[in-house]
Amino acid sequence: MEYRLTSKTYYEALKQDKLLGLKCRTCGAVTTPPVMVCRECAGQDMAVVELKGIGTIRTFTSVFVAAEGRESECPYIIVLVELDEGPWLMGNLDGIDPKAASMELIGKKVKMGHKVFPGDKYSAGEGVSPLFSLVD
Amino acid sequence: MKKVAVVGVGSTKFSGPQEKTEIELFAEAATDAITGSDLKPADVKALFIGNALGDFDEGQGMLQAYAAENIGCRHVPANRYEGACASASMAIRDAFIWVASGYYDIVLAGGVERATAMGTGLATRTFAMFSDARYEYPAGVTFPAVFAMLAHLYADKYKIPLPKLREQMARVSIQSYNHGSVNPKAQFFGKNAGMPVEKVLGSFMVCAPLTLHDCCPFSDGAAAVVLASEEAAKKLTKKPVYITGIGQSSSGPLITQGSYLPRIRAREISSKQAYDMAGLKPADIDLCELHDCFSIASLIAAEGLGFFDYGKAGEAWEKGQADIGGKVAINPSGGLKSKGHPIGATGAGQVYEIVKQLREEVESGRQVPGARTGITDTLGGDGATLVNMILQRGW
Repeated sequence: MEYRLTSKTYYEALKQDKLLGLKCRTCGAVTTPPVMVCRECAGQDMAVVELKGIGTIRTFTSVFVAAEGRESECPYIIVLVELDEGPWLMGNLDGIDPKAASMELIGKKVKMGHKVFPGDKYSAGEGVSPLFSLVD
Repeated sequence: MKKVAVVGVGSTKFSGPQEKTEIELFAEAATDAITGSDLKPADVKALFIGNALGDFDEGQGMLQAYAAENIGCRHVPANRYEGACASASMAIRDAFIWVASGYYDIVLAGGVERATAMGTGLATRTFAMFSDARYEYPAGVTFPAVFAMLAHLYADKYKIPLPKLREQMARVSIQSYNHGSVNPKAQFFGKNAGMPVEKVLGSFMVCAPLTLHDCCPFSDGAAAVVLASEEAAKKLTKKPVYITGIGQSSSGPLITQGSYLPRIRAREISSKQAYDMAGLKPADIDLCELHDCFSIASLIAAEGLGFFDYGKAGEAWEKGQADIGGKVAINPSGGLKSKGHPIGATGAGQVYEIVKQLREEVESGRQVPGARTGITDTLGGDGATLVNMILQRGW
């Protein structure tokens, strides 16, 4: 059985600021990022769908110590966002000074763009992640 | 199923940068465990070794087979376990099952890591490999960032003002440093005792809100245990320590754990398996070596193991309920924080400590009086692998 929505396809869509997921035809749950089967019922009958890219910040951190090769990115904010459709995504937060990030971010609504990590010698190529910004 | 006992144990000092290779470190710990069991290498039927990043630490794969040859356990089956920071506990749990099944009667299990050899940059990169490489690493996640996010989430979920939570977290680190300062095997032996809260709070910010002193160090070290069936164990030692409960669970990446966070479901499943198998409850536990990779992780772990109510662990630490003489003695070794965290070895170090405590063979400044029942708690990655083991006196 073929993998229905690979990271490569997910990344190509994300580069167009489109968020793809899988909607289960058996139980209706939405799964993203994509995996082999429905995250709720493990069903295999799923349709590729486009999600809204809107969600709520559930937590955050400001990173001051980077991994090798990514020092120039520091400092930056990582957020966990609960999408309106249910799943959680990890991405960066744009437009806020990392040194000023505070608990007030939790519960704020965000919309989604994207960011490309060019990759390093361990990553098997580039990575694309959501880049969130606050909805005013 | 046969009853399985820990017979002999060995551990190197856990430390910062040092010059021995992983095989050399493991050989020291393993030989101490074998000799301490009154056995010879030829008595060991199989090797189970945790080693998370040997390939990156020093370019050494296949460590388990070379270690077997190195210590004189010629041609025995040798397996390597990778579960990030839970690697050695996975190895010991698996070894337990092989002996419990009757397939082997005497085996060696443990772990080793030489994390400092990578330097901070590469170590931060490789530890981040335990997060999701496709859907989390591109956003620049690091291991401290994961637990920093859990700290903010914990404050929000349980409505604890962040400054108060940070003080509670600081007390966790301070307790660990106090115990580690009197543990000759600890990376911070002789150091950091009586650290003031202000120093923890004011130290370098790694990932908000975690400061340097909220974080465990990078470490080198090895630990090993000999496991034997009850019949063999009784001939070898007057103080067999029985593993009476085991549990293990897995989870997907942090983002898939979503709304269950900051609780770690894999721990709740794994610890329930262990408690049920042993026929025990959290209140029956005298001491616990739990996974304090970061101060917040101790609070989350202690609650997940059933020692304190969710959101209340910080208060328990403030009242001394998590200390020697309290409700349950947590990390009398100094834990990952002060004893050190050579990730492939840590779980074996936890078993080493529990065995020594139950046998009343530790320094008086950190001996848990009358300890009869202990539990280990080892977390790999972002709660992706969790292993718990309950150990009890067999005399």
